[in-house]
Amino acid sequence: MIKRLSSVIFALFIAFACMSPAVFAEGEKDYSHLKGTTLNVYNWGEYISDGQDGTVNVNKAFEEKYGITINYTNYESNENMYNKLKSGGANYDVIIPSDYMIAKLVEEEMLAELNFENIPNYKYILDKYKGLYYDPEEKYTVAYTVGMVGLIYNTTMVDGTPDSWGALWDEKYAGNILMFNNPRDAFGIAQLYLGQSINTNDISQWDDAIELLKKQNPLVSSYVMDEVFNKMERGDAALAPYYAGDFLTMHDVNPDLAFVYPKEGVNFFVDAMCVPKNAENKEAAELYINFMCDEEIAVANANYICYASPHSLVLQSDDYDLKGDPILYPADEDMPKTEMFQNLDYETQQYMTTLWNELKIEGNTNLDVYIGLSLTLVLVVAYLIYKFIKEKKREAYY
Amino acid sequence: MNKKSSLMSRLAGAPYIVWAALFIIVPLCMVAYYAFTDNTGAFTIQNITGLAKYTDTFLLSIWLGLVATVVCLVIAYPLAYIMAQKGPEKQSTMTMLIMLPMWMNFLLRTYSWMTILEDTGLINTVITSLGFEPLQLINTRGAVVLGMVYNFLPYMILPIYTVMLKTDHSLVEAAQDLGGNKLDVFRNVTIPLSVPGIVSGFTMVFVPSVSTFYISQKLGGTGTILIGDIIETQFQTANNFNLGASLSFVLMILIFVCLAVMNRFSDDDGGVIL
Repeated sequence: MIKRLSSVIFALFIAFACMSPAVFAEGEKDYSHLKGTTLNVYNWGEYISDGQDGTVNVNKAFEEKYGITINYTNYESNENMYNKLKSGGANYDVIIPSDYMIAKLVEEEMLAELNFENIPNYKYILDKYKGLYYDPEEKYTVAYTVGMVGLIYNTTMVDGTPDSWGALWDEKYAGNILMFNNPRDAFGIAQLYLGQSINTNDISQWDDAIELLKKQNPLVSSYVMDEVFNKMERGDAALAPYYAGDFLTMHDVNPDLAFVYPKEGVNFFVDAMCVPKNAENKEAAELYINFMCDEEIAVANANYICYASPHSLVLQSDDYDLKGDPILYPADEDMPKTEMFQNLDYETQQYMTTLWNELKIEGNTNLDVYIGLSLTLVLVVAYLIYKFIKEKKREAYY
Repeated sequence: MNKKSSLMSRLAGAPYIVWAALFIIVPLCMVAYYAFTDNTGAFTIQNITGLAKYTDTFLLSIWLGLVATVVCLVIAYPLAYIMAQKGPEKQSTMTMLIMLPMWMNFLLRTYSWMTILEDTGLINTVITSLGFEPLQLINTRGAVVLGMVYNFLPYMILPIYTVMLKTDHSLVEAAQDLGGNKLDVFRNVTIPLSVPGIVSGFTMVFVPSVSTFYISQKLGGTGTILIGDIIETQFQTANNFNLGASLSFVLMILIFVCLAVMNRFSDDDGGVIL
C-alpha cells in the first residue's frame, strides 16, 4: 500500500515536473513557492472590481491564478489607514494611499523598496505618473488611479454652471450644500477659493481658510465622505465637492447631476500601490501589484472604479467604457489648474486638526441647552432637599 | 466542604476576572496614561486644561443624552407596567417584539432612519405628495434624540419590566386591603418598588447616548456635533490620541457624576448596582 502510494506521488511529481516548464513558459518567474501563503491587502472602499454584474472579481482571479489567499480589508481615509499602520496592530502587504500620505510614509521610512523585477507590468504606467514628487527615484510606488476633485451639482436645484468654488458659499443654497468630512480636502477647497496654495505652511493663511469655512458652516447640511453618493443620487443636496470618478457613478443613478472643475483650480491626486516595510509577504505583494497592472485586470478595475487610469494599455483598450471621457480626461485646453497635496510639516498638521475641531463645534449654539440643563439641575437639587427634609422629619417623628 | 466551594466559586469567577483585567482595567489605565501625557510620553495636564473650549460640546452631549433618556423612560414605563400585567404567553411575544429590532445591526438601523428623514425621504415624500411643504427633519437635534430613543429604548424597557415582574404581588394586594385606591397603590407601592429598574434603565440608556458618535454623525448634520464625534476624529483622522484620551477621561468622570446623582434617587438602603 505504502509502495503504491509513493509511486503515485512519484508519478505526480514527474507529471508536475514535466508540466511546470510549460506553465511558466511565458517567461514569467516561478512563484509556485508562494502557493498557500496569505496576502493582506488594505484598500479604499469600492476601489477594486469585485465581480458585481459579471465584471471580473480581481481578488478571486488572483487567488485562482497563484494559489495565494487574499485577506482584503477597507479603509475610509488616508489618515485612517495611517493610524492603523502606525499603531502596528495589523500587518498589511499591499496598501494604496494617496500622494501626500505616501510622502509622509516615505519620510517616516514606513515603506519597503519594491523589487521591480517582480513587477514587469510597471512599464505600462504612463511616464507622467512615474517619479512624482513623493517618489522621485521610482523606488516605492506603482500608480493605481489618478483623479481630480470637482464640484458636483444638481441641475434641477442650481441655476447655470457653478464654475467657482464660491457656489459653496452661496446663501441661495443654504442647507443644500455638502462638504468634505476630512480636513485636508475641506481646507483645500477654501484655500483654492482664497487663491492660496493648498500646501502653505503659513499659519495666517490657515487662519484665513478657517474663517471662510466657519462662514460656510451654517450653510452646510452635513460633512460627508461616501454618504455623498446616497445624498446626491436622491437629490437631497444641491452641491457637493467630490472626486470626478465618483461623479460618473452618481450620474449613472441620477442623470440630473452635472460636474464642473471650478476655475480657481482643483486638487489633483494620485493613489499608488505600495508595500509597507513590515510586510510579511513582500514577494506576493509585488506579484499582486503586477497583477493589478495586467491589461485585462487594469481595464476591469478602471471600468469599475470610474477614476482615471494611469495605465497606457487601458487608455487604448476598446473594452474600456470611459475611453476618452471628457471629465476624466479633459483635453489640454479644458484642463483646470491643478495642485497636488504635499505632506505638511508636523506643526501645520497639528494646527490644521485643531482648527478642524473648532469648526466642527462651531455650530453648537446652546441657549436651549443651558436652560434645559440648569432647569434639570434645579429640579434635582430641589428633589434631594425635599427628600432630605422629609427624612429628618421622619426621624424626629420616631 | 466550605473551603472547597469557595475555591470552586473563585475558579468559576476566574474567567471574568481575567476578562475584566484585560479588557476593562488595562484599557482604562491606557486612557489615563494617554490623557496625562503628551505625544513624547512626558507627563502633562495640558490636555485636560485645554478642554475648556469643548465645554459646550460636553453640555450638549449630556443634555441630548438626558432628553433621550427621559423620553425613553416616559415611553418605557407604561409599556413595562402593561407587559408585567399580561399573561405569560403575551409577555414572551411582547418581549420578542421589543428585542426584534436589536437583531438588526445598530449602524444599519441608524442608516435607515436617514432614508426616512431625508429631505426627499419617506416622510417628506408622503408630505409633499399630499400637497404640504416638506419639513426639515434630518440634521436637527430632534433627529438625533429620535435616533437615540429608537436605538436604546429596549435597554430601558427590559430592566423596568424585569423588576416589575419580580415584584411580590402580595404587597400590592396588602396595599389594596388597607384601602388604597388604584392611584395610591401605584404611587406608593409600584413606583417605589420599580426604582431599581428605572435606575439601571437610566444608566443603560444615558451612557451610550452621551457617548454616541454614529447617531449624531448620520442624523445630526453640522449643528449637532457631540463629544463622541470629537473623540472619534482624534483617533480616526487627527491622530491625536492624547486629546482623544483626555476627552474620554473627562467624559467618564462626567458620566460617573451624573450616575452618582441618579443613584441618590433610589432608596437609601441601596441595593442598586450602577
